[in-house]
Amino acid sequence: MGEYLLEMKNITKTFPGVKALDNVQLNVRKGTVHALMGENGAGKSTLMKCLFGIYEPNGGEIFLDGKKANIHSARQAMDQGIAMVHQELHPIRFRSVMENVYLGRFPGHMGVVNHKAMYDKTKALFEDLELDVDPLALAGEQSAAILQMMEIARAVDMKAKIIILDEPTSSLSDREVEHLFKIINRLRSQGVAFIYISHKMKEILEISDEVTIMRDGTYVGTWPVVNKETGEKLTNDFIIRQMVGREMTSQFPPREGKPSSEVVLKVEHVCSPLRKSFQDVSFELHKQEILGIGGLVGAQRTEFVEALFGLRGIASGEILLNGARYSAKSPGFAKSRGLALLTEERRATGIFGILPILENTVIANQKNYAHLGILNERKRRIDADEECRKLNVKTPSLATLIQNLSGGNQQKVLIARWLLTNSDILILDEPTRGIDVGAKYEIYNIMLEQIAQGRSIIMISSEMPELMGMSDRIMVMCEGRVTGFLNKGEYSQEKIMALATQFAVHKDNTAA
Amino acid sequence: MAENTTSRSKRLFTTAGLIFLALGIVLYFAKAPMGLNRKIYDLPIFLIIIGVCFALKGFMSKNAPVNELETSRVSFVEFLTNNAILLAMLVLVVVICILQPRFMQIRVALDILTQSSTKLIMALGICFALLIAGTDLSAGRMVGLAAVVSASMMQTATYANRFFPDLPQVEVWIPIVAAIAACMVFGALNGFIVAKYEMHPFIATLATQVIIYGVCSLYFDMPPNNSQPIGGIRSDFAQIGQMRLFSGIYKGFPGISILIPISIVICIIIWFILNKTIFGKNVYAIGGNREAAVVAGINVFRNIMFIFILASFLYGIAGVLEAARTAGATNNYGNGYETDAIAACVVGGVSMNGGIGRVGGIIMGVLIFTVIQYGLQFINVSPMWQQVIKGVIIAVAVAIDLTKYRRK
Repeated sequence: MGEYLLEMKNITKTFPGVKALDNVQLNVRKGTVHALMGENGAGKSTLMKCLFGIYEPNGGEIFLDGKKANIHSARQAMDQGIAMVHQELHPIRFRSVMENVYLGRFPGHMGVVNHKAMYDKTKALFEDLELDVDPLALAGEQSAAILQMMEIARAVDMKAKIIILDEPTSSLSDREVEHLFKIINRLRSQGVAFIYISHKMKEILEISDEVTIMRDGTYVGTWPVVNKETGEKLTNDFIIRQMVGREMTSQFPPREGKPSSEVVLKVEHVCSPLRKSFQDVSFELHKQEILGIGGLVGAQRTEFVEALFGLRGIASGEILLNGARYSAKSPGFAKSRGLALLTEERRATGIFGILPILENTVIANQKNYAHLGILNERKRRIDADEECRKLNVKTPSLATLIQNLSGGNQQKVLIARWLLTNSDILILDEPTRGIDVGAKYEIYNIMLEQIAQGRSIIMISSEMPELMGMSDRIMVMCEGRVTGFLNKGEYSQEKIMALATQFAVHKDNTAA
Repeated sequence: MAENTTSRSKRLFTTAGLIFLALGIVLYFAKAPMGLNRKIYDLPIFLIIIGVCFALKGFMSKNAPVNELETSRVSFVEFLTNNAILLAMLVLVVVICILQPRFMQIRVALDILTQSSTKLIMALGICFALLIAGTDLSAGRMVGLAAVVSASMMQTATYANRFFPDLPQVEVWIPIVAAIAACMVFGALNGFIVAKYEMHPFIATLATQVIIYGVCSLYFDMPPNNSQPIGGIRSDFAQIGQMRLFSGIYKGFPGISILIPISIVICIIIWFILNKTIFGKNVYAIGGNREAAVVAGINVFRNIMFIFILASFLYGIAGVLEAARTAGATNNYGNGYETDAIAACVVGGVSMNGGIGRVGGIIMGVLIFTVIQYGLQFINVSPMWQQVIKGVIIAVAVAIDLTKYRRK
């Protein structure tokens, strides 16, 4: 056996008009975690899809255990010990967890499934992974973290030698990440190799042994996280420099000016009709302020801002918008009152994938281009073009389908959409999720520009550095309640975590 | 590279157009002296029309600045898959023309267009439901409803078996409005169930379909009619579907059926609605991603209501035209029209997943079906085989269409 478990050599993949991968290599050792990094659009996903048989590379070779491998379908990849846990999981929602684990490989004879064996095997697997889930529970009712563990369990059961994790922590809380890392460490010691795709530097430096960096479809280099000779660790700055190919002086652009004392939005004792959702939320948003909302997954932050935007019901409480009473009836009404919401799930609730950028940009603002319902095409085009240019959306033309853009550019189009409506209050729910470093910086810049123009921003973020780096004030939520506010200058990860984990003591728990 | 493709196709269309045009003119003047009248019929005129169309397309197409990322060289295979059904139809037409030269007549072409007209109106109505990833099973029954309602009020005073024996001579527009309004009531019902309860349109319109048929049959069964076919239609009403324009323009010219201009006008209106109005853009948006449309502040309820009401308006028109064209009606009119309309839409490139579809494609889809049906009849293919062929076309056309969106 050679030095590497997996060798991908000179992989090239072209799509009509685009060279997505150009002579890329990736060498993974047995029993290591190999981080694969690069900006969005650098070709990480394409490379993984080539490995997993979803794409056929136009050139290059793949060696497994030193032997040339032929992989033409996901099935063949799995048979050869490669498993992939996708970033967005699509379980069969109305089937049990165990059926999802054994999908395509049900235990049994002559087409008759042995449910007992499936149950026992799943139970044993889950115990091994310290996962407390009933194999008979419906997959659709499980959290993202459990679904991910389910996928890993599946990979373990299939005796996978290489497990690809694509942005595994993007929707996990810190505690869930800890659990994931524990499992990864255990499997690594058993000789399993991981290919770990993530944008989160801290995680990469914590969990991985080696880092391969890609840029614009090309291979930049591979480095061990800890240099064996010198004992030096890789640094954030070094990785970012390699990824973007330029010096990044700072992660966040400098904030100029201060929020004014004028209150634009006053929320008082707002409660959800659902008992487990947000309760008694009160705060003030000042003009030209960035109010960050921190908290763990399940803190009901998204639910709260969606209610503010009219997507969910509000049972009680009062909201004053510029001093006047505001009732969040519908998104259309919220829009007419100058609110804008950039949702967390860009693909599910943000973009219209099969429509061109033009339509995606102007969709919320059609009324301003229409006379008696008839649209003025020229005005639409000019506005969309101007706004996309301002926000530096990188696209061949406005006619390009938005689904063909990278995540960062999609996000910019969505921001452009809401800037066109002339909203005064921008609610940004995880504005930089799944976006590469360069685009993140651009989005921060856009946020500051909007503040300078007199707008106000509410930003939900699960990334601590972002929350602390961008917010003028941080409101922390836990289980639907506001557990505290932090002013600029008193931020620290510890303080935020402390507030975010202030779980209520349920007195009725024993009774229930 | 991209620049070349555009200008090459432009050149191609222009030259082909001019060649067809020249050939047509030559044949036009040569056919009588050469004794070809009974061999090629109106072929020269078709050649001239095709030639002019091609040449215009060539002249009009702009050398738009196309980016390299977007369009790579359109290969021959790609061209074939993009236009497979159209090409298959052309081959069939050529074969039929060789087997049966009589097919090459203006009157045949006009016949095909006339037969396509009501189908086209139906397809344009149903395409809205398809564009929001739904469907409309009640379309056919609405045609029946509109036909029965309008015909019941449009019988001649002397006809023995009148639906309303004492009804005076009413203005023609009254039953038309009544018929269309009846359809729109059920359209609103469709829209309400779909929008309010977020029911899948398949179920919602299935329910309405049954209700409409029941209501229509009840009406049809009222004494003294007692479920007898409605006949004795007034000629001024029948003219709405039967009138022929320019019929005596030259000897042997059958005239252009009034249905053709009606459907052309409706095509233009629907094209305008889909492409130039807020409502149209909202339809694509809701079909593209309903959740995102909600977040963008689009009033999904109102738009879905409007979709089904507009569609029922079109079915109503189709029903009235059917009653007028056939000068009669029964409660079984329009049965199964919705499946034909859906088939024409999907063959014309409308995606059942919503968000994709163009009026041009729908026109193509409808024409393909009529041409093939008419052509097969023309060469005496058994109606049973026609059914088989029709089914194969649907499956193959959509399969080819879907491969366009899949890339490996």
